[in-house]
Amino acid sequence: MSKSVGKSVTRVDAYEKATGRAKYMDDLCGREALIAKICHSTIAHGFVKSVDTAAAEAVPGVVKVLTCFDAPDIEFPTAGHPWSTDPHHQDVADRKLLNQHVRYYGDEVAVVIAGDEVAAAQAVRAIRVEYEELPFVLDVQEAMKDGAPQIQERCQNNILAHSDVRRGDYEAARQEPGLIRVEGWYDTPTVQHCHIENHGCFAYEEAGRMVVVSSTQIPHIVRRVVGQALGLPWGKVRIIKPYIGGGFGNKQDALYEPLCAWCCAQVGGRLVKLECSREETFVSNRVRHAIRTHIISYVRPDGTLAARKLEAFSNQGAYASHGHGIVAKGMNAFPQLYPCPNVECDSWTVYTNRPSAGAMRGYGIPQAMFAGESHIDDICQALHMSPLEFRRKNLMPMGYVDGFSKNELYSDTFHQCMDKALEMLDYRKKFEEYQNQDGPVRRGVGLAVFWYNTAVWPISLESSSCRMVLNQDGSLQFQTGETEIGQGCDTAYSQMVADAVGVPLGDVHVVSTQDTDVTPFGTGAYASRQTYIGGFSIMQTALALRERILAVAHEQTRMPVSNLDLVDGQIVRKSDGRILKSLGDLATESLYSLEHSQHITAETTAQIKSNAYSFGCSFAEVEVDIPMCKVNLLRLVNVHDCGTLINPALAEAQVHGGMSMAIGYGLSEELKFDEKTGKPLNNNLLDYKLSTFMDHPALEVGFVENPEPTSPYGTKALGEPPACSGAPAIRNAILNATGVAIDSCPITPHVLYRKFKEAGLIND
Amino acid sequence: MYDMKALYQAKSVKDAVALRLAHPGAQVIAGGSDVLVQMREGKRAGAELISIQALDEIRGVSLDTDGTLRIGSMTSFSHITRDPLIQTYINVLGEAVDQVGGPQIRNIGTIGGNTCNGVTSADSASTLHAWDAVVELTGPGGVRRQSIQEFYIKAGKVDLREGEIQTAILISKESYENCFGHYIKYAMRNAMDIATLGTSVNVRLSADKKTVERARVAFGVAGPVPLRAGTAERLAAGQPVSLELAEQFAQTVKEDINPRDSWRAAKDFRLHIAVESAKRAFIESVRLAGGVL
Amino acid sequence: MERHEMQYQTVHFNLNGEDVERTVDVRASLTDMLRNDFRMTSVKKGCEVGECGACNVLINGEAFNSCIYLAVWAEGKKVRTLEGLLGPNGELSDIQQAFVDEAAIQCGFCSPGFILTAVEILESGREYTDAELRKLLSGHLCRCTGYENILRAVKKTMYKRLGKELPQ
Repeated sequence: MSKSVGKSVTRVDAYEKATGRAKYMDDLCGREALIAKICHSTIAHGFVKSVDTAAAEAVPGVVKVLTCFDAPDIEFPTAGHPWSTDPHHQDVADRKLLNQHVRYYGDEVAVVIAGDEVAAAQAVRAIRVEYEELPFVLDVQEAMKDGAPQIQERCQNNILAHSDVRRGDYEAARQEPGLIRVEGWYDTPTVQHCHIENHGCFAYEEAGRMVVVSSTQIPHIVRRVVGQALGLPWGKVRIIKPYIGGGFGNKQDALYEPLCAWCCAQVGGRLVKLECSREETFVSNRVRHAIRTHIISYVRPDGTLAARKLEAFSNQGAYASHGHGIVAKGMNAFPQLYPCPNVECDSWTVYTNRPSAGAMRGYGIPQAMFAGESHIDDICQALHMSPLEFRRKNLMPMGYVDGFSKNELYSDTFHQCMDKALEMLDYRKKFEEYQNQDGPVRRGVGLAVFWYNTAVWPISLESSSCRMVLNQDGSLQFQTGETEIGQGCDTAYSQMVADAVGVPLGDVHVVSTQDTDVTPFGTGAYASRQTYIGGFSIMQTALALRERILAVAHEQTRMPVSNLDLVDGQIVRKSDGRILKSLGDLATESLYSLEHSQHITAETTAQIKSNAYSFGCSFAEVEVDIPMCKVNLLRLVNVHDCGTLINPALAEAQVHGGMSMAIGYGLSEELKFDEKTGKPLNNNLLDYKLSTFMDHPALEVGFVENPEPTSPYGTKALGEPPACSGAPAIRNAILNATGVAIDSCPITPHVLYRKFKEAGLIND
Repeated sequence: MYDMKALYQAKSVKDAVALRLAHPGAQVIAGGSDVLVQMREGKRAGAELISIQALDEIRGVSLDTDGTLRIGSMTSFSHITRDPLIQTYINVLGEAVDQVGGPQIRNIGTIGGNTCNGVTSADSASTLHAWDAVVELTGPGGVRRQSIQEFYIKAGKVDLREGEIQTAILISKESYENCFGHYIKYAMRNAMDIATLGTSVNVRLSADKKTVERARVAFGVAGPVPLRAGTAERLAAGQPVSLELAEQFAQTVKEDINPRDSWRAAKDFRLHIAVESAKRAFIESVRLAGGVL
Repeated sequence: MERHEMQYQTVHFNLNGEDVERTVDVRASLTDMLRNDFRMTSVKKGCEVGECGACNVLINGEAFNSCIYLAVWAEGKKVRTLEGLLGPNGELSDIQQAFVDEAAIQCGFCSPGFILTAVEILESGREYTDAELRKLLSGHLCRCTGYENILRAVKKTMYKRLGKELPQ
């Protein structure tokens, strides 16, 4: 049988995308659509006293102006998590369609529905909002203080959630004589996903139901949220997800689908489109949580860990979105990555008057790795120990089992990945060579590892459904609820289907669009889950389809099923290998049989109660121009163990993208706010410095393939891991080059200027 | 779709002047990379526009009979960079405008638009200041010439009078002859960025390449408008070429520049970068002029 | 609020080799006209202020962000979009094929713009270094690929067109 899995086959959507024919949200929207445009708050915190819409309504072309006083008083959750029937495990419902209590600069106050975008924009500018201003707070620890502005009524001191981890006895263990204490505070910034297609959607009513076509990663979840937000039975809502221009977690939230659907309902079900501008995407969608982390380690001179403490403060912004899940994931990685018998961890998720933070590629791990892996190098400095050797000594060993998730490290992943990466970079030689430099321009090498786990079990439900429908010619369509967002899952799935059913790849047709009316249930693209989770339902459904096919083959050939096989689209007699008939002939005969007509299909749901570690590392080489305060990233190497590669070329491409995001995170990206007003300062692609073609070295990728035993295809997470370790690797390379330990990212020239001055490297 | 009240499209310079007089409140639009962006932001929403986009007569680079280099105001950045006259006489200008935004912006953006919007960070501006460029303005009374320093009045405001449009940027022969320069754009990324600081230095050396006959330096974003650092220039003039001179020259620029604190960069940081950039640009200019340091 | 005086103008231009004319609202951008009047879905909207490059088209052989280019300015120009690269039987051009082969496409939203800039680069007939190619392609933002495979695709096609071996 010709195996498809493991080959770098061409993306199934490559032609459509290379020709511009692939249809995205706006390509599908009728040109008759009314345009909805949001009036955002121009204060960071306060109450809307009144909204004067008279001038806006007078703008020619305006159909309707709706304000926070018109919107239903329904609070709904937006996070792209599977729903829980247990009220204690449900996402926090703190969002309304429009808000009288505005909680960040950019909150939704009113919405205009007009005949065209110019009229809509004019009307938004003509709306006069009167506010009662309240004090606001942007800093996470300031927000926790007594007397800080109260952002959400339900949360004392703005603390949305706190959780902890305790192992052994930290207080007792740190009394051991001879320990070296290393302490650090590490800050990570608010950043944004910057998918090139902004979020947008359009809504219309059909047969008394609400249809929303949206640029989303999670159509089935959005259907539930639209139902909740509008008070509609969920069956009255239909969500369609076409091709989307990237998501990276931002579109793993219900964004403006509920508001757009409500606008549609307010104009009698007419077609209404709501597209975010780039400026809105930055502020009024979701951002990555800025997290401040405090770590204290007590280390023995031989480099073993005696006791460790971690405190993490996660800046949630104005609304709960994904909430505490992000910082909790990072905190839980801490005691696992470098096992230590005595650990005390606490994490807080805190409301502030910033944009709402939600999911973003890595889900708390880029923040945790920047803090944790920077701290490891700080320990190495204190101990005068090589960063590589310290990690070799202390990283999670093979055979480690986590008590909660039951995850096991089945292979010697960390050593294998580091071995490969250090060879690719020639790390040892360079590390020696770069000791004791004193010129204005210096070079350095650094490394960082990362911890990641696949999917969301056992925190939440993991399930996936798949449907396969055999055509008369022996080809088949398959559908899952899991979504193609650019990462290539449609292609990987097609490869899996071809092998599991026993048909050539060319006979497998993926239904790329998810339509909640016809697509089997699946929760969508997040948690680097799809290749792993989808693999279970694909394998299970393929086996069911094969069983049906072979049963029909038995009817048609009179051979017992036990002597039949389906190989490359042919029914084969196993005993002598003879091809009895093609699958196409079988399918045609089956469908049109006057005796026993059957449409051969299969549909199953797989619930998955396992999870898989997916680890790797980054190695960086930098050149630091000290007088110019500039870092030139010379090389970046990522090595991953994501199990068996389904499609090596697409896997490598995925890693490139994550590395690129990590470079921006490490060196340049930060959404900034005016301390005096809370207004975002750089919410556009010119002032927000996401890396360009000229800000990258060649990106170097390696893989170590230890097949994951819990997956039917030996695979595990790869979508998010590449974004997790690049920034601390760059930070540690700068430390190696200059001896200066930077405690925050992005490491911009401004940061370097201050730090180099402190260190006496710059004397103005 | 843009929120514009009306669009008037000039067919000639004369026509443009007439339209300017007929619609004094209208905004002139050249390439569009600034005006249309501001219109989208709402800042110029509802404005009337006079488009001079079709005026090929003020596109291109040529030499006037007296040897003056003439750059038509509608010449795009990419055309300036590729122009043989620019490459021969003022290569640094081609290099500077080759660092504006990205390639598409350099195809759309014009040197006239870049100077008329009066922004201190414009990549062309510091080099034009450092080379004593002259702005040619055509209005109802005919053609008027003005030094680029005087053309910039304050941040965002240039001396464009009633009925006028800018038709050329001129560099005299005295200014470019035997002169070599270097521009350093200091920005937060290597493309698609605006300058945190722009530094343009040029020198003319003695025939034996041992002495600085003239040194000029101008900065963008070191003040509300692009500015020259005259004290440093005077210090360097007539001095022997040396690394010490480069250092002194660079330190002296602090006498004349006045960068401000903003969220984009702090004043002390900009000052530090200005000194370091001046030094490096001076050294590179001397090297290009054939001097040895 | 004062109503804009409706102003329409007929624009004559050459689109992908064909002479066309359309009467458009003078307020329309070239992106608006190409998407709405010609249904050219390859012209994407990513920022509408010239910062991302998704709406890139070739005008008289040079790359322009069509979002900050007025539709009426197309008068008399030769405009090319990605749709114009395709062969009569739907064959991909060499550069499109290279994007496919090098896995340079992920979400696909930046791809059309990138490919058109690559066309301008390739049609210059010149050989560029990696650093030069990076600069020539730097007017486009991509969040999926880290630009790596895009560089490979353009480089490979450049060498192929120049009749040279791709250096290792």
